Amino acid sequence: MKLRTVTEGKGTQIVLIAIALAFLAFFVLLPLISVFSEALKAGIGGFVAAIETPDALSAIKLTLLIAAISVPLNVVFGIAASWAITKYSFPGKSLLITLIDLPFSVSPVVSGLIFVLLFGANGLFGGWLAAHDLKIIFAVPGIVLATVFITFPFVARELIPLMMEQGKDDEEAALSLGANGWQTFWHVTLPNIRWGLLYGVLLCNARAMGEFGAVSVVSGHIRGETNTMPLHVEILYNEYDFVGAFAVASLLAGLALVTLVAKSVLEWRFDLHSGARH
Amino acid sequence: MIKVQNITKRFGDFPALHGIDLEIQDGEFVALLGPSGSGKTTLLRIIAGLEFQDTGEVFFNGNDVSRLKVADRQVGFVFQQYALFRHMTVAENVAFGLTVKKRRERPSKAAIRERADELLRLVQLDGLGKRYPGQLSGGQRQRVALARALAIEPKLLLLDEPFGALDAKVRKDLRRWLRDLHKQMGLTSIFVTHDQEEALELADRVVVMDHGKIEQVGTPEEIYMNPQTPFVSHFVGETNRVAGEGGEVHFRPHDVDVVEEGGELVLVDNVFRKGGAWRVEGMLVETDLLVEFDVDAALPQPAAGDRLRIVPRRSRLFNPA
Amino acid sequence: MSTQYPSPKARARSWRKPSVLPGFALTFGTTIGWLTLIVLIPIATIFLKAAGLGWQQFLEVGFSSRALAAYRLSFGTAAAAGLVNAVFGLLVAWVLVRYAFPGKQIVSALVDLPFALPTAVAGIALTALYSPNGWIGQVLEPLGIKVAFTPLGITIALVFIGLPFVVRSVEPVLADLGRDVEEAAATLGANRSQTFSRVIFPAIAPALLTGFAMAFARGVGEYGSVIFISGNMPGRTEIAPLLIVTQLEQYAYAGATAIAVVMMLVSFGILLAINALQAAGRRRMGA
Repeated sequence: MKLRTVTEGKGTQIVLIAIALAFLAFFVLLPLISVFSEALKAGIGGFVAAIETPDALSAIKLTLLIAAISVPLNVVFGIAASWAITKYSFPGKSLLITLIDLPFSVSPVVSGLIFVLLFGANGLFGGWLAAHDLKIIFAVPGIVLATVFITFPFVARELIPLMMEQGKDDEEAALSLGANGWQTFWHVTLPNIRWGLLYGVLLCNARAMGEFGAVSVVSGHIRGETNTMPLHVEILYNEYDFVGAFAVASLLAGLALVTLVAKSVLEWRFDLHSGARH
Repeated sequence: MIKVQNITKRFGDFPALHGIDLEIQDGEFVALLGPSGSGKTTLLRIIAGLEFQDTGEVFFNGNDVSRLKVADRQVGFVFQQYALFRHMTVAENVAFGLTVKKRRERPSKAAIRERADELLRLVQLDGLGKRYPGQLSGGQRQRVALARALAIEPKLLLLDEPFGALDAKVRKDLRRWLRDLHKQMGLTSIFVTHDQEEALELADRVVVMDHGKIEQVGTPEEIYMNPQTPFVSHFVGETNRVAGEGGEVHFRPHDVDVVEEGGELVLVDNVFRKGGAWRVEGMLVETDLLVEFDVDAALPQPAAGDRLRIVPRRSRLFNPA
Repeated sequence: MSTQYPSPKARARSWRKPSVLPGFALTFGTTIGWLTLIVLIPIATIFLKAAGLGWQQFLEVGFSSRALAAYRLSFGTAAAAGLVNAVFGLLVAWVLVRYAFPGKQIVSALVDLPFALPTAVAGIALTALYSPNGWIGQVLEPLGIKVAFTPLGITIALVFIGLPFVVRSVEPVLADLGRDVEEAAATLGANRSQTFSRVIFPAIAPALLTGFAMAFARGVGEYGSVIFISGNMPGRTEIAPLLIVTQLEQYAYAGATAIAVVMMLVSFGILLAINALQAAGRRRMGA
């Protein structure tokens, strides 16, 4: 490392690092550790037993199903939105970006509420749905809708800056070599954005599986039917089944850790890429 | 033959091109020369089909291609930053144009590989086909971009600032090499540059552009020796501009004689060696205007504070427009 | 031929700049359609519903004493947590950007944990830690400090949630800030604290403020991580999002809607302020 004369003394550095690490340890690391520690309070056997209840298994299945529907939807949307926004110029573009970001600034509970107001028993379309024997609120479609809303901006938000930076040269080169639109997208654009896309998918997926507030409002908490993993954690916790609650929670925490590791690896790869680029 | 007729183009409020007419013969090597914002790149992109003109037509061999897509115009385009596909190997990059052809027009895999190897040999990169663009030097990337553009067997090769991103030494080598390649392959080529030296050295004909208009079209010799407008005179080569009777007088520093009597009196300010001559910077005593001129290095070096009398050997008078 | 550009005349009428890249209609249409269906119509519904209440009822249910107490609590704890994060988030960002120490990569990844960890998990974990018999709670209990089921507990949960916003806003600006300006300040005779307060801090202040505002906005709406540790006593530790849920469970749609609209207006206000702030910053930096 290059020797820097203009910086803090070694002592100050160590003190500052220590304070920062202590803060992170207390506020971030300790909660994470406590999840696993509480989950294993009754030993491995207790942990496995808590996961293997039919309600827990059905919550896991539902959570995977929700993510499997909502993440691909947002991937398609995210790619379409960032293609439209970064490859063309049209008026109102920054307004469009702001609107895409809108779900970020809405409380999760409110996100759930708006779908209750639309599709709930007393909602705008409630009567029509009841007449046709369709159920959205307190059923899986409602959970999907709320999740899609909550995770709406994730993929687009990762791709827009990336594609903006990459410009249109590669696509124009492909077209000048005779490629059509789809060929250009598959062979040139998609490989260029794959890591950014994966990054967005990871974050989108983590949020989709972990969303609590919005899903809580629309789900109805029907055990074995409309309970996702985070909701199941709440139910178990409120029933004082702490081992069970933390066992399911530890699965979600494990997902978070996997996400973080993958994210770090991707960030490292990104640097590698931008370094090799010029 | 390429014919461009009455092309205009605006970007919002900014008029990028107005009323461009240009004809380029088969086999010609043409430079579009101008400062940034002169519209030269826009014109190149319109010829390629990467940009749309607002009015006017582009003809290839008498056919109006104005409404033909870039993919259907069969032009080779070399981008300023090369736009190589980073995730493909060099060979895959070169072969791209062949692999995206419709199935019935597409050569076999073996034929494509063969052709890519051939092109890499042509650009002297044989053996580097398995590398990725990120592992090449700037000059090598440039040649990959060229090979890729040539793979679709274009009749017309368009290059946007082809040497802009390279350092001086590599630039000089590549220039000569490109010139040879152009001849050898019987191409018609148009390249954009802001570097007058590059344009004069490389091109059969130079199109000097400024503010979206063509200022002059001619051979390098004509452009340099016979600039038709004050802009060309000033932009191409070094030029002194002094006020004269009935307009502005332009003359080159090497077109100046030092005389014993008559002429204009110059107060020498600074002298340095430039090639085989002394370059003198000084001020016209009468008008306080700065001038530069060359004095044969066989003569004694003038010194600051000297007074010399000069007469332009050749000069051009431009009337105030 | 089908592969032709539109005629110049048709192009002149187009509201967007023409481009050779195909797919505008498809991608733009998908974007607008999906956005309208999933985001705009649902959000419009709630405002429509609120408008249907009329002023009288809106004020009555949206600003009842219980609702006001909930706003005070939500905005107060979110602001407090935002301030804590502004200080410590800046410190964490500084340490990550400027100093070398073992395990830095892991520490950096850890900062993002609150983004990745489901809020309900964070909620029960924090409650377990800070309840009177938890790891931290049993240390604080004898000192007379109660965290769980108090506004302090809510603040701690919001510190957890908001931390990455501040760190990730400040980090790139700090990294971008060339060492040469600090060295320039030093050659001009400034000491470290002068350099920090006069040269570094002004440069990162907009990013810090943005991070604070984002953490604040997120904190105001936060639900999952808070409800376990807050104790949920109406008027005392009942946050605004929880009040919405409570109203919904009692089928008091008017109340839920009014409170939600008040919260959304505040959030959008913050969002606009952030955008204005960033635009002003860009103008000043001439970028």
